[in-house]
Amino acid sequence: MADTGGREAVAAVWRIESARIVGALARYTGDFALAEDLAQEALAEALVTWPRDGAPRNPAGWLLTVGRRRAIDTFRRRAALDERYAVLAHDLGEDGGTADIHWDPDQIDDDVLALMFISCHPVLSREARVALTLRVVGGLTSDEIAKAFLVPTATVQARITRAKKTLGAARVPFEVPPAEERAQRLGSVLSVVYLIFTEGSSASSGDRLIRFDLAGEAQRLARVLTRLMPREPEAHGLLALLELTAARFPARTGPDGEPVLLEDQDRRRWDRAAIRRGRAALARAEQVGRGLGAYGLQAAIAECHAVAESVRATDWDRVVLIYEALGRLAPSPVVDLNRAVAVSMAKGPAAALPIVDELAAAGTLPNSHLLASVRGELLTRMGRTEEARADLEQAIRLCANERERVVLERKLTALG
Amino acid sequence: MKYMLIMRATDETFQAFQDVDFNEVMAAMGRFNDELIRAGVLVAAEGLEDAAEGVVVDYSSEPPVATDGPYGETKELFGGFWILNVASKEEAVEWAKRAPLAGPGSKCEIRRVPSIDEFPQDNEWIQKEKAWREATGQL
Repeated sequence: MADTGGREAVAAVWRIESARIVGALARYTGDFALAEDLAQEALAEALVTWPRDGAPRNPAGWLLTVGRRRAIDTFRRRAALDERYAVLAHDLGEDGGTADIHWDPDQIDDDVLALMFISCHPVLSREARVALTLRVVGGLTSDEIAKAFLVPTATVQARITRAKKTLGAARVPFEVPPAEERAQRLGSVLSVVYLIFTEGSSASSGDRLIRFDLAGEAQRLARVLTRLMPREPEAHGLLALLELTAARFPARTGPDGEPVLLEDQDRRRWDRAAIRRGRAALARAEQVGRGLGAYGLQAAIAECHAVAESVRATDWDRVVLIYEALGRLAPSPVVDLNRAVAVSMAKGPAAALPIVDELAAAGTLPNSHLLASVRGELLTRMGRTEEARADLEQAIRLCANERERVVLERKLTALG
Repeated sequence: MKYMLIMRATDETFQAFQDVDFNEVMAAMGRFNDELIRAGVLVAAEGLEDAAEGVVVDYSSEPPVATDGPYGETKELFGGFWILNVASKEEAVEWAKRAPLAGPGSKCEIRRVPSIDEFPQDNEWIQKEKAWREATGQL
């Protein structure tokens, strides 16, 4: 019989329960790093015991009980009269401590949210935040994280160990940050989820299947986040952006895996259900009020594309307006360049050229092929062939991605 | 990966449920659905109306014969479904184990839902279905 609690079954329970088990142990011991260790020890024990004896009736309770016993052992080892140990021993009672396994949903929500904020704490490096979030909140193993990021498992393990030490040294408490800090820290949480998504969605290298799973995990985390923080417009905005971006996945690559540009994508292949979910999330972001942030605005641009039947039928005036808002909120030369492209679609290439020239004069994108490639495209459309050729040649020189270079070379050849 | 969790019950299960306060059943199911939403895995879910109001079409004769419910045996009838987006079949199984369907003979069947992209894309009927899915947002 298959259902005896094999490794896959343990992993499945772990994916569903890990966040609340770590959360409950962290609340219980007051020590996040220790809680994570204890939870991992419980998982290791489950991987040995369950396949042998069968899965317990209450898997989450089993894992939590093992984690708690290990906590007691740890404190006992450290100091028999440790004050915390005394408290724990008292709490544990006679029954092994499964009494409050019937989780209070509000408490779990706070635990999971606290885990998200701790995993994405600004004292950690970006890599550490990503690894810790996937492990603690996502329930991925070090192996799975390593596979997704194409690094050795030992590297992931070292990152997590170092991250926990850093958090301990910084005395980061196990709690949802106070209101005045929350807005600032939320930015880090959202950017980690976005980073996980982009890592998963950039199908440039590696085993693409796993990486799409990673994008899916980021979407799940964003959904969890919107449930935990329904009053934060940017949580909804980020979810909207991920759904609307993921909606294009089926059309984004050709039969040989080559990237297909937005203008060439077969829009019938876009995932309509994902578009619907994305638009609903964007509507919720707007309903909360307080305006859209950078993720919400990018989602709004993605929505303009999602609802248009073709590049030509896209509401480019609206796209320009949103890029202007995005440029004010999060100024970046890449946003300006994208705005230039939108302006060229809305009002023609001549209206867009000054934006591009200004960017070139400012020298903000010195080594990117994008600026030269956009300028070359605009000049081509304006019939200024010689100048266009010079820009396209420069773009080809700067372009590091072979697939993109082929597209540029094709454009150059088309100039005659 | 999408999986469909299909509830199956027996006459005995239904009978057992008759004895439970309807609000309790609603609350148990509501809590389970809320868990799925909190975990970010729920895609769709529907319950089905009483089998007594259903019809069975039997193909063993030509032309097929339609019979109104109620049926002699309900144990092979579906009561409703969830569609979950999860990382593995085991995860779908684990969620199914948590569904509040306890009762004599109650079962939950778990089936993967293939994407339309897994069917031959050059088939004209697949093309037509994709067009319908596009128009109605069913993809």
